[in-house]
Order: sequence, then C-alpha cells, then structure tokens
Amino acid sequence: MILFDQVSKRYQGGNEALSQVNFHLHPGEMAFLTGHSGAGKSTLLKLIALIERASTGNVIIGGKNLNRVNRHTIPYLRRNMGIIFQDYQLLYDRTVFDNVALPLIISGFSAREVKKRVHAALDKVGLLRFEKKYPITLSGGEQQRVSIARAVVNKPALLLADEPTGNLDPDLSREIMDLFMAFNQVGVTVLIASHDIPLITQLNKRIIQLSHGKLLTAGNDSL
Amino acid sequence: MKNISGKNNASETSSVQLRQLKPSFSSRFKEFFIRHLQVFFYSLGLLSRAPFSTMMTASALGIALALPAGLFVILDHASQLSGDINSINQISLFMKKEVSKKAIESIQKKLENYPEIAQVKHINRDAALQEFQENSGFGDALKALKDNPLPDLLIVYPSLTHSDPEQINDLLIKLKTIKQVELVQLDIQWLQRLYAILQIGQRGVLIIGSLLALGVLLIVGNTIRLAIENRRSEIVVMKLIGGTDSFIRRPFLYTGFWYGLLGSLIAILLVNTSLIIINDPLAHLSSLYDSNLFSLGLMGINTSLMLLFSGCFLGLLGARIAVGKHLKEIEPK
Repeated sequence: MILFDQVSKRYQGGNEALSQVNFHLHPGEMAFLTGHSGAGKSTLLKLIALIERASTGNVIIGGKNLNRVNRHTIPYLRRNMGIIFQDYQLLYDRTVFDNVALPLIISGFSAREVKKRVHAALDKVGLLRFEKKYPITLSGGEQQRVSIARAVVNKPALLLADEPTGNLDPDLSREIMDLFMAFNQVGVTVLIASHDIPLITQLNKRIIQLSHGKLLTAGNDSL
Repeated sequence: MKNISGKNNASETSSVQLRQLKPSFSSRFKEFFIRHLQVFFYSLGLLSRAPFSTMMTASALGIALALPAGLFVILDHASQLSGDINSINQISLFMKKEVSKKAIESIQKKLENYPEIAQVKHINRDAALQEFQENSGFGDALKALKDNPLPDLLIVYPSLTHSDPEQINDLLIKLKTIKQVELVQLDIQWLQRLYAILQIGQRGVLIIGSLLALGVLLIVGNTIRLAIENRRSEIVVMKLIGGTDSFIRRPFLYTGFWYGLLGSLIAILLVNTSLIIINDPLAHLSSLYDSNLFSLGLMGINTSLMLLFSGCFLGLLGARIAVGKHLKEIEPK
C-alpha cells in the first residue's frame, strides 16, 4: 500500500528532512511512526499526502508512483486517503454534519447518500447526537473524533494521522487510538505519526522509527 | 531493513489498488448541476450575511458602471437627434431669373427621379412675393419695385437613405452643375461639426468605458482576493480532503457574478434616476425652442440588458483572474 524506495527530501536551504528512507507498509497493516521532533515524521506523511514531493527516490501509494502524478490528479488521489491532523482542521462556520459531509459533497454524492453515510460515520465515532452542533462547542477529543469521521466517511483504503492525540489527555488519547484500531480491523491501512511512546508500545503494532531524517527501525516488515 | 527493489514490490501493491467509494457517473452528473445551483445561492447567502460591505462594494461597481452607461444613453439620444435633423435637411436651389416656368417644372421632375432625393418643392416667385408683401410689413415698399426681385425656388429634400453629410455633399456638387441654377444653399458645416463632436463623444465614452471596466475588474478582483484570504483555512481543508481546483473556485466565481449583477442593477437605478431628474428641465428647455425633440426618456431595454450582461461578465472575469492568481498560492503546509 505504501512503499518508500530510497526516498530523500531536501528543503530549500539544504536542510535534509528525510534521507534514503526505505520501508513498505502492506495493505491492511497498521503502523506507528515515531521519532523526536524534527525527525521527519510530518515530512514523511506529507510526501504520502502529496503536500510535498520527494527530492529523490520513489514514493509508491497503491501502485501509483507519486513522482508521476501531476497537479491536477492530486485531489483525486487525496480522496483515497483520510488525513487526520493534530489541530483537527475543521471548518468552524459549519455544523458537525456539514464538516463530515464535505468529502462526499466534493465527490458528488446525492443528498440522500450523503446523509446516510455521514450518519454512519458519526455513529462509528459516537457523535451522532452532535451532528447539528458547531465544532467550536465540542471538546478537543470530540473535535478530533469529528475529524476522524470526516476522514473515514468516504471509506478510504488508507488513513494517515499526524499526532492525532497531541492535544489530548491519556484517556482520550487511548479512545482515539482504539478508534484507529477498529478501522484497521475492518481492513483499512493505517499510518499514525506519534511520539506518545508509552501509549503506542501498549498497542503492540508495528513501529517505524525515524531519527534525524533517517530510518532507525522499520519494525516487523513481516509480510 | 532490506533494500527494496522497487519493481517487484510495486507490482505486488498495484494488485491491491486504492479502492474508494465512488458515486455512480449519473449521480455525479446530476449532482454537478445540483451543486452548481446550491453554490449559486450559497454564495448569495454569504453576501447577504454581510449586507453592509456587500452594498459598499456593489455601489462602487454601480457608480463605475453608471458613468459610461449614462454617457452612452445621452450620446445615443444625441445621435438619434442628429438623425432627426438630417431628415429635415433641405437644400435650396435659387433659379436664375430668366429660366421659364416650364424649364423649372422639367428640372423639378428630373430631380424627383434621383434616388438620393425624396421630394422637390417648387416655390413660385410670384407666390413668394405675395407672401412676402403680406407678412413682412414692407408691402408698400415692395409695390414700388418694377420687377419681382425674388427668384424661383426649388427646395430639395434628400431621401433618408442619403442623409449622411458626405452623401449630401455629393448631391450638392451634382446640383451645382445644373446650369439654370443660380445658387445652391445648405449650411452643411454645422452638421459636420455636430458629427465631429458626436464622434469625439463616442471615443470619449469608449475611453471612459474601458477605464471604468478596468476599474470594475480591479474592484471585484480585490474583493475576491480578500474573500479568498478570509477563507484561507477553509481552502486548505478543501484541498486536503480532495477538492479539485474548480470545486474550490466555484463559490468565488459566483460571488463575482453576484457582485457584477448587483453593481449593474445599481447602475441602472442610478442612470434612470439621473435621467428622471434631467428630463423635466430638458423638456422645459425644449419647449422654449418650440420643439419636442429633446427628451431623453428612460434607459432602453436593450441598453439595460447590455449593462446587466457586461456587469455580470466583468464580475465573473474579475473573480476568475483573482481566483486564478491567489488560489494557487494557498497550499496545505
């Protein structure tokens, strides 16, 4: 599902965020991406989400080499991934329902379909009763769950999360991680960047460790 | 970590393509129009949420559009007016005194057959003298004259299809060649001057119109730029969850359209109000000249539609330019 082949990313000014990274994440797998701040976790996720491009090497997602993707196909590729951020990235002038509905509206689903799928997604994250509320009235954990509902509403094969629990206390963090585990159990490939080592070691999943842009361990590349 | 030889693994993963929930084609096709309609009214809704600033911008556009539109209306009327004057053009042919009545009648007949002449009227010198004696108050003095000092007069009315100053000039030259004619008279110069002034006026409207159209583009462009700036985070989110450029662009384009429409409606209102204010004193002035020629009336339906169309077009164009320039700069970081 995700294949990094000798990937380096150099930003302007010469600072190398990733150098010669190789790893392979299989379909249906779940992995955590760890490392100190500035180790290159976010850059790695950005390469997958096509927010940044690799300087050298190949990033292959679902069989597609991202080096050969032009600007105009980026939106269609992003529709295949659900992306979750530390700061939720919700639209605060729209209701929870409208926030979650956005990916479906972009893809062109009918109003009936949108309603059905948004309800299903909100139900999964346990927020169905909040659909008419505005995100600003919700707690941080609830807002993160709204953003997860938005990420999974069009059933992407791949979920990416950048420090999804960074702003949350341990109990809420665990709840959020359990949600990701549940999605992984139904076949979604999940890659989560996190430096919450105590939490992720409990979860017994593959851990990919970065340090200063280099891969330290790629975890159990068993498959 | 083993060094992955890209090829093998790539082909392995490609068998498990990213599969995503996709709406059917017919659904997408239908939804496309529904979304357009929704965004159409959604963008109007956004504008109505900030009525004061919306009206400020729309009024600025209205004034910018009203000025050339108003000038156009006045100029349009002026050239219609000059058309009316053309149709009452007349050329006086003063005949030589020795020319017989018969000869004059045959000249009159001949001239009436010219395609560029609509009508020829003969004013008999005896009748003219009698009228002069009756009306001028010089009756007795004129009686003292042995001969009738007045010549026979043919008044030539050019046909409507030949009323251009140049065509009339050609006709004049033609008429001068008739040897029984003593004098051909038409004060054509003032007509040529009027045309020249009207032409300057037309150029002026064109220049002012182009400048103000540019102004409209800049106003709409700047307004849309601010709107894009205000919704920067929303645009980033849209891009992250797979919104295409055209999807993100759409509400801004419709906003530009609405601004153009509102602006041109305000312009129509402004121009018509001004015309109503001007019309009364103009009618008064016109009556002082015993004429009902000078009346501007209201803006015609064609001019109004033209104004609406160009307003909407300029609004859309301004928005498109601004969106094209600024949307690219906003990318997720």
